Amino acid sequence: MNSSFDTVNASTDSVENNLNTSKPIVPTTIKISGLNFFYGAFQGLKNVNLAIHEKKVTAFIGPSGCGKSTLLRTLNRMYDLYPGQRAEGEILYGGRNILQPGQDVNMLRAKIGMVFQKPTPFPMSVYENIAFGVRLYENLPKGEMDERVEWALNKAALWNEVKDKLNKSGLSLSGGQQQRLCIARGVAVKPDVLLLDEPTSALDPISTAKIEELISELKEDYTITIVTHNMQQAARCSDYTAYMYLGELVEFGETDHIFMNPGKKETQDYITGRFG
Amino acid sequence: MPGVHSSKQYDLDLEAIRSKVLLMGGLVESQFHDAITCFRTGDTVRADQVIKGDEAVNKLEVSLDDTCSHLIVRRQPTANDLRTVMATVKVITDLERIGDEATKIARAAKSIQERGASSINHYETVRVIASSASEMLHDALDAFARLDEKHATLLIAQDQLIDHEFRSIMRNLITFMMEDPRTISAALDTLWVAKAIERIGDHAKNIAEYVIFVVEGKDIRHTDYAAAKLDNPA
Repeated sequence: MNSSFDTVNASTDSVENNLNTSKPIVPTTIKISGLNFFYGAFQGLKNVNLAIHEKKVTAFIGPSGCGKSTLLRTLNRMYDLYPGQRAEGEILYGGRNILQPGQDVNMLRAKIGMVFQKPTPFPMSVYENIAFGVRLYENLPKGEMDERVEWALNKAALWNEVKDKLNKSGLSLSGGQQQRLCIARGVAVKPDVLLLDEPTSALDPISTAKIEELISELKEDYTITIVTHNMQQAARCSDYTAYMYLGELVEFGETDHIFMNPGKKETQDYITGRFG
Repeated sequence: MPGVHSSKQYDLDLEAIRSKVLLMGGLVESQFHDAITCFRTGDTVRADQVIKGDEAVNKLEVSLDDTCSHLIVRRQPTANDLRTVMATVKVITDLERIGDEATKIARAAKSIQERGASSINHYETVRVIASSASEMLHDALDAFARLDEKHATLLIAQDQLIDHEFRSIMRNLITFMMEDPRTISAALDTLWVAKAIERIGDHAKNIAEYVIFVVEGKDIRHTDYAAAKLDNPA
């Protein structure tokens, strides 16, 4: 895929100063600087500065309404779909500020894919759920498309469960399978980044475990950010954790550090359940 | 403990663990004190009570371990809560070992008495080290109860004095044994007592190190943290 965002893998910004400097420097995929976000007159994000590291999992945690989903939605300009919502500041991805006008938003969303809280398969076959997205960006012959569908379903650890029912409706799958189908759909267009917005909150523990397992496999190839209300999930899955409150980024650091010995009392109060 | 949890039961669970640790601490403190008293007075009945009393310490260790496991399973503690539970599990191991050392002292006291080797004043040899270790144990438990990391740092440095005192006792006893081989048996018993006391100092030091871990999140075991901190208080 030839897009203006393909240069992203070459970006090697250094990590933020607030990380432990003795650790090896991890390249940055997305660098957020001075980000403010407005829902009309209400400011949902206040001067957020954050680096999303390449091929790592970054978790956003915080109480409801703290801005974590809002932050996720700015990363692929999902908010563009809603009038009255606007973002200011800089989100540097592939050397460009994606907030500036004139960006190819469709291509951006192909490179920065998103999976939502509730599984959202299209009302079409399992095969078409994957192929539909791919056709928007690539014109593949049948054989290659079959390969791509199989590849994506394999990546999402779903192939073995659906290989005999590719022509059945995506809606006929279980909740956990539907969510993995959505992840496969995101992966199929070969993105750089996957944004997961509470991807397991509607799933049972076994499906949740499968998705978490999948996240750890997918980070070999992709940069992943995950919004979660489940603190233990953030602790299990992520390499970095960002704690947000009232639209501000309170603390960002390595997950082990945040959960073992956070630097700020507010973070400690939240993760230990002393909040509110 | 800073702040209260949204779940009051969580606070109650943590408080229950803390109280039980302090109860166990009080118990081993009195075991140690009684063992030294036996050694001083030659009271074998009391020595038997100390030996029997170790069972209660052991039971508390098992019960506290169990309580901590349950808290981890039910609450998945993080940050300072996790450090508190981790430190507690380790503190109770140290307390149980202090209980064992007190038992050793009581056994030595009994042994000396039963062999009729009590003509030499053995207590005088270990009086200073016993008093230092007793004070150190008390202070370590106090620092743990109050989460007082400054006090804990001072205590860690204090352990060197006890180690030094032990080496001095050893040299003394060796001289004693060389001069009069008839005292060897009693001198060896005294040496075991001194060693047990020195170990109690080490366990008290460990407890002080866990206080630093809980408060500051730093694992300072096997480091020169206390010396460095005392040299540079800032």
